[in-house]
Amino acid sequence: MSNNKEWPLWEVFIASKRGLHPKHVGSLHAADAQMALENARDVYSRRMEGESIWVVEAKHIVASTDEDTDAFFEPAKNKIYRHPTFYKLPKEVNKM
Amino acid sequence: MKDQAILFDYILHLADNQLILGQRLSELCGHGPELEQDIAITNIALDLIGQAQLLYDYAGQLDELGRDQDQLAFLRDAHEFRNVQLVEQPNRDFAHVIVRQYLFDEYMFRIYQALTDGLDERLAQIARKAIIEVKYHLRFSRNWMLRLGDGTDISNQKMQAALDRFWPFTGELFQPGITEDILTKAGVAPELKDLEPQWLEAVTATLKEANLHVPDRPRQRSGTGSGKAGIHTEHLGHLLTEMQFLQRAYPGLKW
Repeated sequence: MSNNKEWPLWEVFIASKRGLHPKHVGSLHAADAQMALENARDVYSRRMEGESIWVVEAKHIVASTDEDTDAFFEPAKNKIYRHPTFYKLPKEVNKM
Repeated sequence: MKDQAILFDYILHLADNQLILGQRLSELCGHGPELEQDIAITNIALDLIGQAQLLYDYAGQLDELGRDQDQLAFLRDAHEFRNVQLVEQPNRDFAHVIVRQYLFDEYMFRIYQALTDGLDERLAQIARKAIIEVKYHLRFSRNWMLRLGDGTDISNQKMQAALDRFWPFTGELFQPGITEDILTKAGVAPELKDLEPQWLEAVTATLKEANLHVPDRPRQRSGTGSGKAGIHTEHLGHLLTEMQFLQRAYPGLKW
């Protein structure tokens, strides 16, 4: 803080209920993991958004880039047979 | 003094502590050192003001003058406030904010803990609700004590300076108000002299871990000159001027 360096960026994930998977809700700055967790509690759980918080330093997330988009996702577009819509569901399954 | 008036006085003291510190913290809204800390401190301010509301509501029912929570908060003058002097001290810098908060959180945690076992059921209920919030406040302020105390040379110096400044005010925390003994004997108010060693032990341990030292200054016992008796430092008046402006200028104004 005394030197004007920015604190690292952290991504915040919140599970709305225990057992549900955490969803990305936003990001924040914090000096360390503990502070990131507390900041996430203060910034992103004020309106009872969840019961469990994950934080991960943004630099540890490996993300695909815009340039990757075609190579990554285009091939899937014309492979509709990958969607399980051609199969009859047994009644017992009801909804999927 | 009648029993009801004694209880009223004590609850007012608890409520004033929370309101005045809540007001101090809310001054930082929009001025925190980082966006995230700004929100964290504002959250704590709201918690404290919420606790004050519950306490004023109770006090209002015991008040001989029949004042409601707003009138108690906004229409009393400085000498009628019963808060300890620590909570009215100005923010100055982030080190002061954290040290003041930490010393008080360690205190309130024990006060609320004792009140949950107290014989006044309504106070016990308020304490049970409040202590959950205070646990988080304590975690927040204690972590910042460690981070800044054991941080850089400059952050350590600033923390020690704030600690030295506030240390004398911590004596008052454990000094019973004029009629408080009666409530302690009745099993309503905590026995402060039992809480003091626990507080000192916890604080000393934190200071050690934070690379700070216990100030070589007396923790003042000011007798009748304490905030609980309505004697305050010059800072309370200024705080009230800002906090009470709206109700003073437009009496009875509703939100």
